[in-house]
Amino acid sequence: MKPPIYGVMAEFDNPNSLVNAAREARSRGYRKMDAYTPFPIEALSEALHLPKSKLPLIVLIGGILGGLTGYLLQYYITVIYFPINIGGRPLHSWPMYIVITFELTVLFAALSAVFGLLALCGLPMPYHPAFNVPRFALASRNRFFLCIEATDPLFDRKATEAFLDSLDAREVCEVAH
Amino acid sequence: MPDEKQIVDDLHPSPVIAPGYTFGRVTDQIAAVVLTRRTPVFWLACFASGFALLLLFLWSLVLLLAKGVGIWGIKIPVGWGFAITNFVWWIGIGHAGTLISAILLLLNQSWRNSINRFAEAMTLFAVACAGMFPLLHMGRPWLFYWMFPYPNSMGVQPQFRSPLVWDVFAVSTYATVSLLFWFVGLIPDLATLRDRTNNRLARGVYGILAMGWRGSAKHWSNHEMASLLLAGLATPLVLSVHTVVSFDFTIAIVPGWHSTFFPPYFVAGAIYSGFAMVLVLAIPLRKVYGLEGLITDRHLENSAKVMLATGLIVGYAYMLETFTAWFSGNVYENAAIWHRMTGPYASVYWFLITCNIVAPQALWFKKVRSTPTLLFIASLVVLTGMWLERYVIIVSSLAQDFLVSSWRVFHPTRWDWATYVGTIGLFTFLFFLFIRLLPMISIFEVRTLLPQAKIEEESQG
Repeated sequence: MKPPIYGVMAEFDNPNSLVNAAREARSRGYRKMDAYTPFPIEALSEALHLPKSKLPLIVLIGGILGGLTGYLLQYYITVIYFPINIGGRPLHSWPMYIVITFELTVLFAALSAVFGLLALCGLPMPYHPAFNVPRFALASRNRFFLCIEATDPLFDRKATEAFLDSLDAREVCEVAH
Repeated sequence: MPDEKQIVDDLHPSPVIAPGYTFGRVTDQIAAVVLTRRTPVFWLACFASGFALLLLFLWSLVLLLAKGVGIWGIKIPVGWGFAITNFVWWIGIGHAGTLISAILLLLNQSWRNSINRFAEAMTLFAVACAGMFPLLHMGRPWLFYWMFPYPNSMGVQPQFRSPLVWDVFAVSTYATVSLLFWFVGLIPDLATLRDRTNNRLARGVYGILAMGWRGSAKHWSNHEMASLLLAGLATPLVLSVHTVVSFDFTIAIVPGWHSTFFPPYFVAGAIYSGFAMVLVLAIPLRKVYGLEGLITDRHLENSAKVMLATGLIVGYAYMLETFTAWFSGNVYENAAIWHRMTGPYASVYWFLITCNIVAPQALWFKKVRSTPTLLFIASLVVLTGMWLERYVIIVSSLAQDFLVSSWRVFHPTRWDWATYVGTIGLFTFLFFLFIRLLPMISIFEVRTLLPQAKIEEESQG
């Protein structure tokens, strides 16, 4: 069953209050929540106990695939598909393959970093309920938001709102779907 | 109780960001350049002159496609002439952008935050200009895809043992990775513009480009990781690109080219000219848009110091080049350097030495480093000097190689100049379009520099 609202959102005017609020909410037992800020705040990931990013693994795999592609492409073309005998020099001249192997490693790794980033963030996302809060536009300017989502088992429209109100928030409001 | 800190000298009297800025003010001031309806006369003038030169470029392009590379002054043995000089010069300029955005990020130099965005844009446009030249120099640019390995009915494949093929991969990877890095950094700022603009069309366009970015903590932690990883990838990449460009020369046996110190020499020269371009762009921009509080004197001074350091490396390379030629005992190497200094290109050579070695010594003085006008002039001198350096390396070595009977001096034609000046127009055109349509300073990274962004750790226990 879909809850009637997306969640409850509190607005803060400085990063300290937001981080403290996130810690407080976490210690109260809230788990389904997200914070929205105009710039990255390292302490916030800690306060929300965000899992470590999976991006490094994605990039590593992309890089290895790129390196293999680069090397095998050159090996296949120079040794099997289009061998040229130049004064009896070896066809498998691996030192000459290094540059392109390196370039393709970097290219594949960078592409997987960007597409991995988009996938992990769930972007592009044409619609998100957070934008239903009119003041949410300030999340990209100078305000800091904490949203406790209705899917949290401890969520209760009245109690959660009262709790957020007690946290030195400028404003607390409900987020429609 | 902690002891009072002893202060002997205030090491950083000038702050990275001027005091008095708030998150809101930073956002509004940078976004206003894009969102305002009024366009400064300075912008119109620069854009118009860039556009005029771009038309000149298109004109010479049409002529080139119609008549072939014969409209340029290239004649055997000087087959490379202006085109490759410009290619090496432009791609070198691009390197400073990647250096600022990637290497300084890894070194945790937070002052870079207010200049990295436009420096990266500079990289992209410089690489676009650079890419034009090998493409046009091919004679039949529409067959450029022959350089890539793909199954074809001709039954031939690229020669992977040639540095020219390495160059194709290096430059195209560099262009792609620079674009990706730049775009990833832009996403949060595009979201800011989407939320700030009153124009429906602009909101739609920025909204589509921002892809629904909402600054969530999960977004940021992945974004930070992606920036770090891309910086880690771009750092060896940028060093490899000019190394591969220098391989185009060193792998050949032409006297004056065949030398192992070319890769570091080229990379240092690239960063040298790139920082000069950063200063040439930053000094007028910050003045016109009143951004002196964000691009402070300290940014200019730090860039000047990097210029001085890389300029000294380049100076050392010139000495080493001469020494190696003499020490090798090789008559051709000796002759190549001797011709450079006294032959038909002597005036160019000594002019380049003046520009690249003598003029930058002025940067030792703090007075010069802290006077924007003088820095601007010094940067133009360095840009000229670096162009001449590329010209001398390429043309003087080719013009007088092993056989005296094949010697021939290169004379540029007016279409050589038109194509070169035309790419400056292309660069100016693209750069000013960028200034008007996208935030030229990374808004979210500047927010992190403000003292308010610091999180006070709560006392444990």
